[in-house]
Amino acid sequence: MQDQPSVFKRFVEVGRVVLLNSGPNAGSIAVIAEVIDHNRAIIDGPLTGVPRQSFPYRHLTLTPLVLTKLPRGAGTGVIRKQLEQEATIDKWNNSAWAKRRAAVERRRKLGDFERFNVMLLKKSRRDLVRKAVKKSA
Amino acid sequence: MATKEVQVKGDKNGSTRTIPTSKAPRFYPAEDVRQPKKSRKAPKPTKLRQSITPGTVLILLAGRFRGKRVVFLKQLESGLLLVTGPYKINGVPLRRVNQAYVIATSTKVDLGDFSVDEKISDTYFAKSKAKGAKSAEEEFFEEGKPKAKEAFPESKAADQKEVDKAVLEGVKKVENLSKYLKASWGLSKGQYPHAMVF
Repeated sequence: MQDQPSVFKRFVEVGRVVLLNSGPNAGSIAVIAEVIDHNRAIIDGPLTGVPRQSFPYRHLTLTPLVLTKLPRGAGTGVIRKQLEQEATIDKWNNSAWAKRRAAVERRRKLGDFERFNVMLLKKSRRDLVRKAVKKSA
Repeated sequence: MATKEVQVKGDKNGSTRTIPTSKAPRFYPAEDVRQPKKSRKAPKPTKLRQSITPGTVLILLAGRFRGKRVVFLKQLESGLLLVTGPYKINGVPLRRVNQAYVIATSTKVDLGDFSVDEKISDTYFAKSKAKGAKSAEEEFFEEGKPKAKEAFPESKAADQKEVDKAVLEGVKKVENLSKYLKASWGLSKGQYPHAMVF
C-alpha cells in the first residue's frame, strides 16, 4: 500500500493557487500560505486584492497552479515576490478556465439589445456552417 | 357663523339688525349622524423611473401590445408614458402606457432635439362621448348588416407620421436597431427577469 503514487493531481499544500468561491473576494485567486487544519488554511493574494485571512476549503477550488518555492507561513511580501517571479497571475489569466469565467461574466452583463445582437451573430454563424456542411457533403 | 344685515321696519327697532344667514334648525336631531372624515391626502404626481428618459427603448409587459419593444417619448400630465412603436416598424401606434407594466432597457434611440407636439396630451387620447342612448342593434348593425368600420381619423395618422419621422431617423443611425424594435421580446428556459440586465 505504501509508496503508491496518488491518483490525485491537485493537493492542499503551501503555495497552491486557489480560486475563491464565496465572500467579498469571490471570483479572485489567492495562494495558500499555511494549512491550519483539515477545514481551513491561511490564504493571501497580494496581487489580486485578497487580504491575508483564514479561509475554509469548502469555499475554494484548487487550481493546477502552484508556487513551487514558497516556504511555510511566508508573509505577504514574500508571496508577492514569488507571484511576480513565476508570473502566476498571467498564467491564470491565460488559462482556458479563467477565460471561460470571464466570458460567462461578460455575457451575463449584456443588455437586451446586446443580447439581440449576439442572437443575430449566432444565427449568421449557424447559417454559414450549415451551408458549408451541405456543400462538402 | 356667517351673518347678514337686514332692514327692520318700525321706528323703535333701530332700522337694521344682523341675523345669521341660515336659520338654526328648530330641533336638534335625536341621533348624531356621523360626518364622513375629510381626507387630507392628495395623490402625488407619478415619479418617472430614473432609467426612463426620452428615447429609451421600453418592453411592454401588459395589454394588447405585450412583448413589443417601443420608444419612450415623454411623460404625460397623468403620469402615463407616451410611447410609439414606431408604427411603421412594429405596428405600435402613439399610445399611453403605465410605467409599472414596462421594462426599461439601457438602449436609447437618439431623438436629437425633437420634442413631441403639445397637442398630444391626455385629452388627445380621450374617447369622444357617445351621443345619447342607442340600442345595441343600432350600434353594431346597419340595414341588417354589420356596420362598416369607422376610418382612422386622418389628422391622427398625420400626427403619428410626424412623430415617427424623428424617431425613425434616430433608429436608422444604429445598426440592427430597427430589427430589434421589430422583434418581440420573451423569456426562454433558465432566464429570470430579476437576474437579468436590460
